[in-house]
Amino acid sequence: MSDNLISIENLSFGFGKTLLHKDINMQFSRGKVSAIMGGSGCGKTTILRLIGGQLTPNAGKVIVDGDIVHEQDRNGLYHMRRKMGMLFQHGALFTDLSVYENVAFPMREHTNLPENIIRDLVLLKLNAVGLRGAYDKMPAELSGGMARRVALARAIALDPDIIMYDEPFAGLDPISMAVICDLIRTLNDALGATSIIVTHDVAETFSFADYIYFLADGTVAAEGSPKQLMASKLPFVKQFIHSEKDGPVPFHADAPNYKTDLRL
Amino acid sequence: MNKLLNFFGNLGFALRSKLYRLGAGTRLFFLTLIYSADSFRRIHLTIREIYYTGVLSLVIIVVSAFFVGMVLGLQGYYTLEKYGSSEAIGVLVALALVRELGPVVTALLFAGRAGTAITAEIGLMKATEQLSAMEMMAVSPIARIIAPRFWAGMISMPILATIFSMVGILGGYFIAVLVIGVDEGAFWSQMQANVDFSNDIIDGAIKSVVFGFACTIIALFEGFDAPPTAEGVSRATTRTVVISSLTVLGLDFILTSFMFV
Amino acid sequence: MERAKIDIWVGILVALGIAALFALATKVGNLTSNDIRETYTVLAHFENIGGLKPRAPIKGAGVVVGRVKTIVFDTEAYHAVVELDIDKRYVFPKDTFANIYTSGLLGEQYIGLEAGGDEKNLLAGDLITHTQDAVVLEKLISQFLYSKASEEE
Repeated sequence: MSDNLISIENLSFGFGKTLLHKDINMQFSRGKVSAIMGGSGCGKTTILRLIGGQLTPNAGKVIVDGDIVHEQDRNGLYHMRRKMGMLFQHGALFTDLSVYENVAFPMREHTNLPENIIRDLVLLKLNAVGLRGAYDKMPAELSGGMARRVALARAIALDPDIIMYDEPFAGLDPISMAVICDLIRTLNDALGATSIIVTHDVAETFSFADYIYFLADGTVAAEGSPKQLMASKLPFVKQFIHSEKDGPVPFHADAPNYKTDLRL
Repeated sequence: MNKLLNFFGNLGFALRSKLYRLGAGTRLFFLTLIYSADSFRRIHLTIREIYYTGVLSLVIIVVSAFFVGMVLGLQGYYTLEKYGSSEAIGVLVALALVRELGPVVTALLFAGRAGTAITAEIGLMKATEQLSAMEMMAVSPIARIIAPRFWAGMISMPILATIFSMVGILGGYFIAVLVIGVDEGAFWSQMQANVDFSNDIIDGAIKSVVFGFACTIIALFEGFDAPPTAEGVSRATTRTVVISSLTVLGLDFILTSFMFV
Repeated sequence: MERAKIDIWVGILVALGIAALFALATKVGNLTSNDIRETYTVLAHFENIGGLKPRAPIKGAGVVVGRVKTIVFDTEAYHAVVELDIDKRYVFPKDTFANIYTSGLLGEQYIGLEAGGDEKNLLAGDLITHTQDAVVLEKLISQFLYSKASEEE
């Protein structure tokens, strides 16, 4: 059995004619927390959708636990997705259901467990994210950070093998950020799961991730453990990590000559 | 010359996008049918939607029906009186409502109230990634969200149209008999003699089922297909009302021409 | 709580719908009073049917006893052949008169049956021999003018 739960091989993908990803290779080891980083619009979230089977690659394959994702039929995809939990950028909680109902949703849809067991499980999951007391609130009553934690509780409702996070730190205050950081690491180790985080938050991610991929120009610009990347001499990595204004990713977008524009 | 070519180019593009929408809508309809099993096995999903589309539309339907019936009574009376046939007012009100106004006005009101609610709700769920989240949890959004609303619409519309016709007739009765003073016996007996159950009432019911199908599927499609932005959703709800209304009126003409002629 | 309330209201909606349909069927339509079940068909010939249409009522003593089934033109004898569907409950003698009347002044036309005195009754497929055509307004007017003119002579 391979050590890599998820493997992306020679993947090429594009929405129209232009390719977003050109022939990339990525491996995600079992039990590890991996991060995909890069500038905005470089296709990080799209990788998650490709792993989840919502999109089909133009070329190459995505393999999850030995099965090629885009070759699965409805049944195969169903079983594959049951092993995954995904945390969307703003939580994506079902607004017409309460917090309790939201976390109970996957359990009710996929299992035949009686109500009292579901109740115990829901409270267990909510407790893991620290929101057991908020079980009867509606999503509209929650703050951004709280909503995201409830969504995390929902994502781990069926104890998935793979947990995916789409920009989990975006727009959070420092305390909430620290909470989420801690939860990602703790849950990953407690559940023995494999976590993939899509983000551009350097400081937080480098503090707990095991392996990091950098995407730029449709390819993997750099990869390695946080320690390896901090010591990297690659200009792109240095610009990203040290938050430099200008470097391989230029400040000025393509524009005609400045003098001619000002008609000097 | 260029302008002329541009004009035809735009026309062609508009036609192509309309055809695309028609095709995509049909595809959604067939997917809805395929995934409909859950709507009936877990009937509470559908019942919940019947509440939101049907029960919450009751007030607007009943009030509108009463006013429409009263106007029919009023206008009809003053026109018929000129020919000395004011006792036919019952027939006029009943036939106008059962054959045309019941199904059509109900459908237009339904599209405006329930249709826009459906479009906005689904569009918003799409914009906030709730549909995507559901997909990733291995739950088909079509089975869980779209299909129950479809069947709810199909069931609610004929019920609402029938209620509309009956309340409208009561409105006409109120004005003609209680206010103006037309003979009550003549009002009902003339109506009974001239309104045929299988021809008029059943045909009206068939119309309301067809309109219910059209309005519901249009509302569902517009919501499902809406661009996931605030502007996209608001434009989608407008489209629902406009396209539903035009479709209902067009279908009404087609159905009337081979039902009642 | 939440679900119970929804279920009750949906039940009310469906009940109202059925009540409205029932009310329409009985009070508004002609489902109960004119419940014509089994019928037998007889024929009648008319020189002029006026505005008689299929499904027009056939009345005896003012009571609806049947409906006009079909109206066709006979190309050999050049008259109208009308098929009458009469409810099996009602029998008419063989020398019944079939006349075309107008309900009201400008209303729809119907067939009125007046029973004769014959002992034998009309059976399915029989022909009513005594018929009276519809009153055509133009003929009435020209008759009137003609008689007026001949009066003055």
